[in-house]
Amino acid sequence: MTLDANEPVFNQPWEAQAFALVIGLYEKGAFTWNEWADVLSKTIHSDNGNAAYYELWLVALETIVLKKSLANEIEILERKSDWQKALLATPHGEPIELKTARKS
Amino acid sequence: MSDSKQHSKHHENGDHDHDHSHAHTDHSHWSDMHLKVKTLESLLVEKGYIDPAALDVIVETYETKVGPRNGAAVVARAWNDDAYLRRLRENATEAIAELGFSGRQGEHMKIVENTADTHNMVVCTLCSCYPWSVLGLPPVWYKSAPYRSRAVMEPRVVLSEFGLELPEEVRITVWDSTAEMRYLVIPQRPDGTQGWSEEALAEIVTRDSMIGTGLPLVRMESKA
Repeated sequence: MTLDANEPVFNQPWEAQAFALVIGLYEKGAFTWNEWADVLSKTIHSDNGNAAYYELWLVALETIVLKKSLANEIEILERKSDWQKALLATPHGEPIELKTARKS
Repeated sequence: MSDSKQHSKHHENGDHDHDHSHAHTDHSHWSDMHLKVKTLESLLVEKGYIDPAALDVIVETYETKVGPRNGAAVVARAWNDDAYLRRLRENATEAIAELGFSGRQGEHMKIVENTADTHNMVVCTLCSCYPWSVLGLPPVWYKSAPYRSRAVMEPRVVLSEFGLELPEEVRITVWDSTAEMRYLVIPQRPDGTQGWSEEALAEIVTRDSMIGTGLPLVRMESKA
């Protein structure tokens, strides 16, 4: 093991987003910090040690979202597929937007 | 006709090395992780569990405002002000909040003081609990499986891999963080820093010295 004093806090933008989602949900009272630590800890310990930290963080986020019924599995699957369609329909370099009906 | 055909063929050959991927992926692409985050984020925003502006504030706060400089200010004050050190010992959460640093996860803080015969080191064997309010976000090695398991089993070996060789007679105490309790190591004040301002003292307090995997930066002349 070696120390690295200059490593970035986040390596990819999605890591920062995943981090902020958990803090934001916690601050809105969606779950307690103990509940989060419990889910994250179980996720980390069920991994074989190969996944990167924020990948596990994100898996734990999905777990707690389902556990707390903030969204259900069908909604998540459908939304993922909507984004995939949006990606396919958006030329490289342009902003990607969901074309699905949204309450506004 | 044949002239232009020849020209375009030549052009293709010349460009082939950086044109190979565009033929079949001219649409946008995200990694699986990116897609997963956007999926959850858009659902949670839509349902009103999350305010998108709040997400940006959180990221900015942790990237730029919260970091080990907060902890260094606490250590420097503790070195310079005995009354403050006593308050830290009695109730670290409150004493740290005096300087404007409060935990957002409702955790309690405890200080552990290094002495001539005891060295303290902090780990979270369960996941990655860390005193964010004073140290910012944990470094990669802190979150890694080897550190989490080996810090408890063989702390002296881990420290020596990190370049910190402690004399045999110095006892190492390892503190295991939890969601409720986080630890801040108060390193020993280096010799030769008497009379220094708090700002100057804070400069030598490193992040790793407050986790217990390093020491404050000591000037070379003090070793001579």
